[in-house]
Amino acid sequence: MSDLCRLTIHEARDLLRRGEISAVELTRAHLERIETVDARVRAYLHVDADLALAQAEDADRRRAAGEDDSLLGIPLAVKDIITVQGMPATAGSRILEGFMPPYEATVSRRLRKRGAVFLGKTNLDEFAMGWSTENSAFFTSRNPYALDRVPGGSSGGSAAAVAADEALVALGTDTGGSVRQPASWTNTVGLRPSYGRVSRWGVIAFASSLDQVGPLTKDVRDNAILLEAIAGHDPRDSTTMPEPVPRYEDLLEGGVQGMHFGLPREYFVKNIHPGVRRAILQAVDKLVELGATVEETHLHYTKYGMPVYYLVGTAELSANLARYDGVRYGFSAGAANMWENYRQTRGRGFGQEVKRRIILGAYALSAGYYDQYYLKAQKVRTLIREEFETAFETFDALVAPVAPVPPFKIGQSPTDPVELYLTDVLTLPTALAGLPCISVPAGFMEDEGESLPVGLQIIGKPFDEATVLRIAYAFEQATNWRQVRPQLA
Amino acid sequence: MSKYELVVGLEVHAQLLTKSKMFCGCSADSWDAPPNSHTCPICLAMPGMLPVINREAVAQTIRAGLALNCTIAEEAVFARKNYMYPDLPKGYQISQYELPLCVNGWLDIDAGEGTKRIRITRAHLEEDTGKLVHAGDVSLVDLNRAGVPLLEIVSEPDLRSIEEVNEYLSRLRQILVYIGVNSGNLERGAMRMEANISLRPRRSAELGTKVEIKNLNSFRAVRNALEYEVARQTRILDSGGEVEQVTLGWLEHEGRTYVQRTKESAHDYRYFPEPDLPPLFIERAWVEELAAGLSELPLARRARFESEYGLSRADADVLVGARATADFYEAAVAATGDAMTPKQVANWMMGDLFRLVKESGKPLQEASITPAMFAELLTLVANKTINANTGSRVLKTMFQTGEGAATIVEREGLAQVSDADVLAQAIERVLAAHPDEVGRYRDGQTKLLGWFMGQVMRETRGKADPNLVRQMLMERLQR
Ligand SMILES: [Zn+2]
Repeated sequence: MSDLCRLTIHEARDLLRRGEISAVELTRAHLERIETVDARVRAYLHVDADLALAQAEDADRRRAAGEDDSLLGIPLAVKDIITVQGMPATAGSRILEGFMPPYEATVSRRLRKRGAVFLGKTNLDEFAMGWSTENSAFFTSRNPYALDRVPGGSSGGSAAAVAADEALVALGTDTGGSVRQPASWTNTVGLRPSYGRVSRWGVIAFASSLDQVGPLTKDVRDNAILLEAIAGHDPRDSTTMPEPVPRYEDLLEGGVQGMHFGLPREYFVKNIHPGVRRAILQAVDKLVELGATVEETHLHYTKYGMPVYYLVGTAELSANLARYDGVRYGFSAGAANMWENYRQTRGRGFGQEVKRRIILGAYALSAGYYDQYYLKAQKVRTLIREEFETAFETFDALVAPVAPVPPFKIGQSPTDPVELYLTDVLTLPTALAGLPCISVPAGFMEDEGESLPVGLQIIGKPFDEATVLRIAYAFEQATNWRQVRPQLA
Repeated sequence: MSKYELVVGLEVHAQLLTKSKMFCGCSADSWDAPPNSHTCPICLAMPGMLPVINREAVAQTIRAGLALNCTIAEEAVFARKNYMYPDLPKGYQISQYELPLCVNGWLDIDAGEGTKRIRITRAHLEEDTGKLVHAGDVSLVDLNRAGVPLLEIVSEPDLRSIEEVNEYLSRLRQILVYIGVNSGNLERGAMRMEANISLRPRRSAELGTKVEIKNLNSFRAVRNALEYEVARQTRILDSGGEVEQVTLGWLEHEGRTYVQRTKESAHDYRYFPEPDLPPLFIERAWVEELAAGLSELPLARRARFESEYGLSRADADVLVGARATADFYEAAVAATGDAMTPKQVANWMMGDLFRLVKESGKPLQEASITPAMFAELLTLVANKTINANTGSRVLKTMFQTGEGAATIVEREGLAQVSDADVLAQAIERVLAAHPDEVGRYRDGQTKLLGWFMGQVMRETRGKADPNLVRQMLMERLQR
């Protein structure tokens, strides 16, 4: 493997600035890497080498003309639920097979303006609904640290691509944990920004009040760089906030000395794997060693995160997915009459999990059930948010595990949906509260003879991504788990 | 009189007059445009597209709410109304459910000598659907109209007769057009109605079973459908039957209603707050600004015309019918000054001017004549420079050429002849040419005076001052 693929954005940036490498060389190295390993990792749904090289050439021209930017000439990958001009967008679903969007997401446009190079689109669970990419209509991505296991999901392709050095960085989306959980399982850094921090325009909707785009990177500094590039108010997304975007990279230093962290007891759930528990407690020790104080605390509403999430999220998606009717774009079954075509298009176009959730959501909203399901869930959601607010009166941040269990072996995910839904129980309450949170590598655990990554979750106050990144950075600098590379020849 | 009382509530969907659609930048006016030419990824509901609220649509809704005496909400929420149909690209319509923009208003309608107050439950903002075009055995989808802002105005069931329904709709249309939020062009679908109707025995306090009639696209359709339903339900009740609670459609060409949905198959729209749009907080200062910009409404203006200008209610009603007409009238009255009474100005407007406007097929505001020009003409008549008949002719020329009255009178030499010598010569010529008629007049057939006047007017090519001619003729013939 070319050493160029080992680079982070900030390392590559220095080399590009000094003219020691070109964007074309960097891009070509990554395309070769994809060529070499992606048949095994299966991170990408779509790679466009010609398009990528054309963008890289353009980046080199821009640099030659005097332009300089952290992202100029940086090859990256985008989860295939975020639209990119000139690339198909499937959302991992048959129902959008062949769909070519005549527009691109605000986040893509912002990255393009900065000079980033789009390598391709990464695999995901269908419409971001899942934990493993096993719900992708196309194939399952592999965990670069254990190819017989899943990389997590739903942004599994993006996490795997970064972990396997098939992209410098990648974008994912996090609705209930879809950036953090795969980051935790692939030894990468994954951030879920505050709700309203990053534009959702052009991002195929799953659950509108929960979806956020987040960066998946090799280290915390890259995460800060990428977040700054995509964050900020967008007049086309009325749910984005006008809060100014700080230069996160400049705010990484400072350490955790004197900071006070809460460790919520409820996040050490009954089914937590002892390896996860051990890694998190060691991480806590490390934070104390760095000068922080950590105190056990309670978040009593944690257990309601899952039911509330599955009521609110499915209600929203049941409406968001109604547009896939085979009339205007995407897959159409071509049945003879309208209702039959709806039935066949959606029946064949959507996978099992998506259909399950549409039905669940429609039920939660239906006459006679709205008050007891959807409305009650919204009320509890407010209580969850308020409980976090109270906690932040005491703590600078909360620290917790990301996923209670190690990555599943492919094909061995729990078959009972309720058991499966427990996988993201530790990432749901924060999503419901719209808080910024990050998964940062926290070591490895043993499971059935394999050594598997574990992530530490750091949860911050709304719109205080800077503090979350600063804590993660201090922890990363003191531990440097990223040095443990996956064994992929 | 029927032994049943009719109880009607109306839902009116009125297209707002915004430049762009409710949630995207597409033009809202796509009449006659090729199918799907006014669409974009947002109103086509492509994946990942998000709505952004059109502020002007909210402003127009608030203005309508104010004109209908509604309370304007401090917090308004958009909601998704879920149902699947090819003319609804998202599979849900963005509408309002709880917390609409306007609530608890009323509209006064004429009822006999007085007025009757019809309560308005709510007026809310939503987006229009597209259209299905049926071509042979296929249906085609045209989404030009999808996303056009619609104002839905829901009345309480306060209407008790078809005449009241008609009066309510006419007044509502008049107000919406007046305040500039609706074109009033029903042929182009600017207003679409739904009626909730029930019958109950007279003097009964309880309401009968409610039936909903949908897709009524003209006031005539409302009237016909209600008449049909009254007859149908009367037959059912007379025979001791029960009216079924259903949703009906109206088949205009067949002149009958048909069952669209029964109670059991009623839609469950699964409304929930639209998560892509945060709640709207309506600032009071903005509402006050919109209220200040609201013009005087037709009924208030009519009352003022009656008291201020001494017009009859009927005349005032005609003049306030359209805002442009009322504005024209008031400007003309002001410009005419003391030369003519407001009543005379009204007569000239409703007579000659309206006839010319009607013949032209264009609205008054597009005519080449301004209130000042009209006033100039009336002043020429009032100071006897020209007589009334000449005034009519001059007005017609003004209307055709856009020239001023004085210019035309000057060029065509139409100034009234008031010179007694000139008139005396004309009278002598007429009398000399018609000795028989002179004899008959002197024998008592004084009705011939009018005939003599006509002859003199012809002799002077219509320019003679008729009052002077009459006076001189009477004196001359009595000699
Ligand atoms: Zn549009």
